Amino acid sequence: MRWFWIDKFVEFHSGESAVAVKNVTLAEEHLHDHFPGFPVMPECLLIEGMAQTAGILVGEAKKFQEKVILAKIKKCVFFDYVKPGDTIRLHAKIESIAPEAASTSGKITRDDKLIAEIDLMFSHIDQNLAGKEFPEENFVFTETFKLLMRGVVVSEQN
Amino acid sequence: MAISRDEIFQRVQEVLVDALGVDDDQITIEATLMGDLGAESIDFLDIVFRLEKAFGIKIPREELFPAENLMTNPQFVNNGKLTEAGLKELRTKMPHTDITKFEKNPDINKLGDLFTVGAIVNYLQTKVGSS
Repeated sequence: MRWFWIDKFVEFHSGESAVAVKNVTLAEEHLHDHFPGFPVMPECLLIEGMAQTAGILVGEAKKFQEKVILAKIKKCVFFDYVKPGDTIRLHAKIESIAPEAASTSGKITRDDKLIAEIDLMFSHIDQNLAGKEFPEENFVFTETFKLLMRGVVVSEQN
Repeated sequence: MAISRDEIFQRVQEVLVDALGVDDDQITIEATLMGDLGAESIDFLDIVFRLEKAFGIKIPREELFPAENLMTNPQFVNNGKLTEAGLKELRTKMPHTDITKFEKNPDINKLGDLFTVGAIVNYLQTKVGSS
């Protein structure tokens, strides 16, 4: 089982930007402990959701040939809580992309309200860390990840 | 438009404050990126990306951080240290840098000590500076 912190993509512009949505529900058990009587989605999981949104955007830009891993959280600011019943949108944009790495900016919104700004860096690990060997198969982008792309039209760059 | 050295330093300072989460008074011309400012390898790319935006130029990564490029080549790196071939390449790519201290223990984690804030400013001066 992979843990997913987004439900599906609703917009996908290859090599440029993407939007994913997540529906937050009280059926997520950790919300009962975080916090008792005051359930809010942990901010670290919001970061993970953004890493999945932006990471898949970066992966798709190289046709999923690179192993893309989160390397750095450049910026992370939260403006409001995310609670059960909320539908959040995770907007990710590629700022720079090179053979070794990519930099993304992102924001999370609920309706028109800004919830968070999260800027990340990703490493294409086969292009870095010389001398270390990684499995040949792409363990980052497994079949299950494709579920997230169901139904979304990927528009190509001009 | 040519930019003065002071202006270049100021913009580099802003970039490094954001990229490395350090205070601006820590960023001196002599400060080393890894040793003094705590940069890790992914930060070098972050810095390149940010400098490109700050100065509106394209920076081939091997030009600004030539030694960084060595790390991705297994011929030059073995077991976390530069090989003889790697050291030779480093001497060619960084002719103006004194690497005698580094040669004694060519640990790739120490490569960053060869890079200083001043080196970035010098490089940018050749790209956008006034003569």
